[in-house]
Amino acid sequence: MASRPGKVKMPTQPAAERVRNFQEVALGFDAGLAQQEAVRCIQCKKPVCIQGCPVNVKIPEFIQLIADGDFSGAARLIKETNNLPAICGRVCPQEEQCEKYCVLGKRFEPVAIGRLERFAADWELKEGVTPPARPERKPGKVAVVGAGPAGLTCAGDLARRGYEVTMFEALHAPGGVLIYGIPEFRLPKAIVQAEVEYVLSLGVQLVTNVIVGRTLTVEDLFQDGYDAVFLGTGAGLPKFMNIPGENLNGVYSANEWLTRTNLMKAYQFPSWDTPIKVGQRVAVVGGGNVAMDAVRCALRLGAAEATIVYRRSRQEMPARAEEVDHAEHEQVQFKFLCNPTRVLGNERGWVEGLECICMELGEPDASGRRRPVEVKGSEFVLDVDTVVMALGTSPNPIVAQTTPGLSAHRWGGLVVDGTGLTSKAGVWAGGDAVTGSATVILAMGAGKTAAEAMVKYLEEKYRTWNGGGGHRPTP
Amino acid sequence: MHRIVEKQVLTPVTKLLVVDAPLVARRCEPGQFVIVRVAEAGERIPLTIADFQRSAGTVTLVFQEVGYTTQVLGTKEEGDFILDVVGPLGVPAELLAEGRVACIGGGVGVAPVYPKAKALYQSGVEVVSIIGARSHDLLIMEDMMQAVSHQLHVCTDDGSSGYHGFVTAKLQQLLEAGEKFDEVIAVGPLLMMRAAAEVTRSRGIKTLVSLNSIMVDGTGMCGACRVTVGGKTQFCCVDGPMFDGHQVDFAEAVRRSLMYQEEEKTALLQCGCRGGSE
Ligand SMILES: Cc1cc2nc3c(=O)[nH]c(=O)nc-3n(C[C@H](O)[C@H](O)[C@H](O)COP(=O)(O)OP(=O)(O)OC[C@H]3O[C@@H](n4cnc5c(N)ncnc54)[C@H](O)[C@@H]3O)c2cc1C
Ligand SMILES: Cc1cc2nc3c(=O)[nH]c(=O)nc-3n(C[C@H](O)[C@H](O)[C@H](O)COP(=O)(O)OP(=O)(O)OC[C@H]3O[C@@H](n4cnc5c(N)ncnc54)[C@H](O)[C@@H]3O)c2cc1C
Ligand code: SF4
Ligand code: SF4
Ligand code: FES
Repeated sequence: MASRPGKVKMPTQPAAERVRNFQEVALGFDAGLAQQEAVRCIQCKKPVCIQGCPVNVKIPEFIQLIADGDFSGAARLIKETNNLPAICGRVCPQEEQCEKYCVLGKRFEPVAIGRLERFAADWELKEGVTPPARPERKPGKVAVVGAGPAGLTCAGDLARRGYEVTMFEALHAPGGVLIYGIPEFRLPKAIVQAEVEYVLSLGVQLVTNVIVGRTLTVEDLFQDGYDAVFLGTGAGLPKFMNIPGENLNGVYSANEWLTRTNLMKAYQFPSWDTPIKVGQRVAVVGGGNVAMDAVRCALRLGAAEATIVYRRSRQEMPARAEEVDHAEHEQVQFKFLCNPTRVLGNERGWVEGLECICMELGEPDASGRRRPVEVKGSEFVLDVDTVVMALGTSPNPIVAQTTPGLSAHRWGGLVVDGTGLTSKAGVWAGGDAVTGSATVILAMGAGKTAAEAMVKYLEEKYRTWNGGGGHRPTP
Repeated sequence: MHRIVEKQVLTPVTKLLVVDAPLVARRCEPGQFVIVRVAEAGERIPLTIADFQRSAGTVTLVFQEVGYTTQVLGTKEEGDFILDVVGPLGVPAELLAEGRVACIGGGVGVAPVYPKAKALYQSGVEVVSIIGARSHDLLIMEDMMQAVSHQLHVCTDDGSSGYHGFVTAKLQQLLEAGEKFDEVIAVGPLLMMRAAAEVTRSRGIKTLVSLNSIMVDGTGMCGACRVTVGGKTQFCCVDGPMFDGHQVDFAEAVRRSLMYQEEEKTALLQCGCRGGSE
């Protein structure tokens, strides 16, 4: 039985200090702590934890290697199924995935699988990563659109199998939400870069600054000789509330707020050129992880006060409990059961308040959460000068609009079958582009499933050509 | 990395660069723009594709040095590289296939109006162009505009050449003299575009303007470029940049364009490069 009931605690930067910098909050295990935690795993014969991992990390085996002190070996083992372990170890909602199933969780705390995964991956990054040997080249050329977790995983898996893969990314840097959305203090950009470089070292080509649907179309890709295409274009389109005053100066979408801060490094303005207007009192509207990231950025960017405005109560908040705790320790304010009705502006057109109305919880809705209803006449004004709307995002329509034969749902998600195959032959899709905003690891799982199906497709397509000296099939 | 194959100094503060960007040149159409990032720590700024040469794989950018990024860009010479040029972005301009169109460009706005005038001219539409600047030495692309216009009117605010007054006053004069246009395309400072839209509103002449809102990604992801058109919020980068001038909320557009005024000054102070009025 486990030597201790609780997880080994992760050292963190003290709250009072960290709100003044963008450095990582959770500092990671050292070798000693990692081994202490690793021996808690009882090495189940039927490791149920694995069923909670969308990419099937060999959990007990890698934990055993950590217990034995073979840290690089542990990292290599994880990487057999997960190309981005330092990222997943940090941002996976483990409590909903692998750790939820861990048998220890029934009576004690589950094994800290995510923390251990992070430890092994960080160890290997520090020691220097040796890319695996390149496999034999197979016939077949694949274009991957979008270099987020879905695209990176699909591209990496195909390259490992010997296919020629080129990834096209709209922005100037790869990583998707990992690079433009999730803040430095939760996921350092150097880690993202290192893991992206690992994927490239598997033999993947990366072309940045190409917007498929604008710079090139999916049709162009086929014409340029690609046999198959994977769309991992994410769910980047921000939502607004459509309330009066939303276009006042000082109202941001969370996407803009986070992109300026993370991708464009506005927290280092003016040594980095992109500015951001922070204000003294920032309201962030929403209750998910994105809202937590936005509000915690606000404090680090210098706001005196940062408040979450959420229309339901604490229990319904979709954000991870750990993130909410972190935010609370950093003195983020929470206004539950209240919903904005209007952004108020001064005579120069800048935000000077957020009018909200109080809500109470009514009957449960389709999602099972109790539906918030307005309390008549309960309007009040929050004294803020910046408002960030973190209301969720939907898939960008550019690719669907410019690709004949590609079906999308009304809300923007691409239509796929169980393998990720879209309505268009030779085109697969996965990640947020299909599901709407979800998680890193689900996007990676979708990239993996599609890669598997694409391998079959390519093998089939080239079988006669490969064996019998026939013609290379035309795309 | 994109090589600068040609540079022209059009005025002390306006430069023309012909830039290697084969993927952009392959697909772009008049009315579209690119986003440029000059250096690793640089801002992403939108610039209109003023012209393109498909076979050579190059696009022409014309910009006015108004702040930090455009000034750094202005120091680049032939043979130098620009870090990122991404595009083509935005919706291609919907141009008339026949009739008579007035193409109005104010200041550096002549550059974005040029590709539209050129396309109209080449498809046989009668093009009447009105271009202007504060003074003669700030006027750009007069010869290029001449080559794609059936009539060209030059205006300067100080009367140093051509018509003495604003381009919009010239437009009004032409209309009052009985000239007929099926459409007006006006590109320049927001106040100029608003004035042009006011001149044509009562006469019911469709007027297209090209909005230059602040942008980050240029793909619909951030919403920085929100503008109100016909009472509805639109994203300038994916729904525009060309909009019906009679429907645009110009007051809001002006206000939003000033959002980072203080920071723009800070950026200029720290850069130590030449001021905008060399
Ligand atoms: C602020 C924030 C915090 C989050 N925190 C967490 C967390 O802690 N844990 C977690 O598991 N999940 C988190 N998520 C969700 C998670 O990041 C996403 O579910 C995941 O990134 C989806 O991966 P993806 O590859 O499908 O798309 P994305 O990561 O969105 O990547 C899509 C990529 O495609 C590019 N692209 C889009 N259109 C085109 C085009 N036409 N041509 C070329 N390229 C294109 C985009 O630029 C982008 O790089 C968070 C999301 C946000 C916004
Ligand atoms: C679709 C579009 C096409 C454009 N085409 C041209 C063109 O062909 N030639 C040209 O000279 N200018 C053009 N502009 C304007 C050009 O983008 C700005 O002049 C440039 O961004 C200024 O950057 P700066 O750092 O030099 O100046 P700053 O000091 O940052 O700003 C000066 C002015 O530029 C505006 N501006 C600042 N940052 C941005 C940004 N990221 N995006 C947009 N505007 C910003 C501000 O409102 C301010 O008024 C275009 C703008 C848009 C939206
Ligand atoms: S990848 Fe995520 S879900 Fe899978 S084992 Fe690692 S932390 Fe758990
Ligand atoms: S379920 Fe828990 S204890 Fe069992 S192998 Fe997995 S991590 Fe170890
Ligand atoms: S520039 Fe970001 S949405 Fe238009």
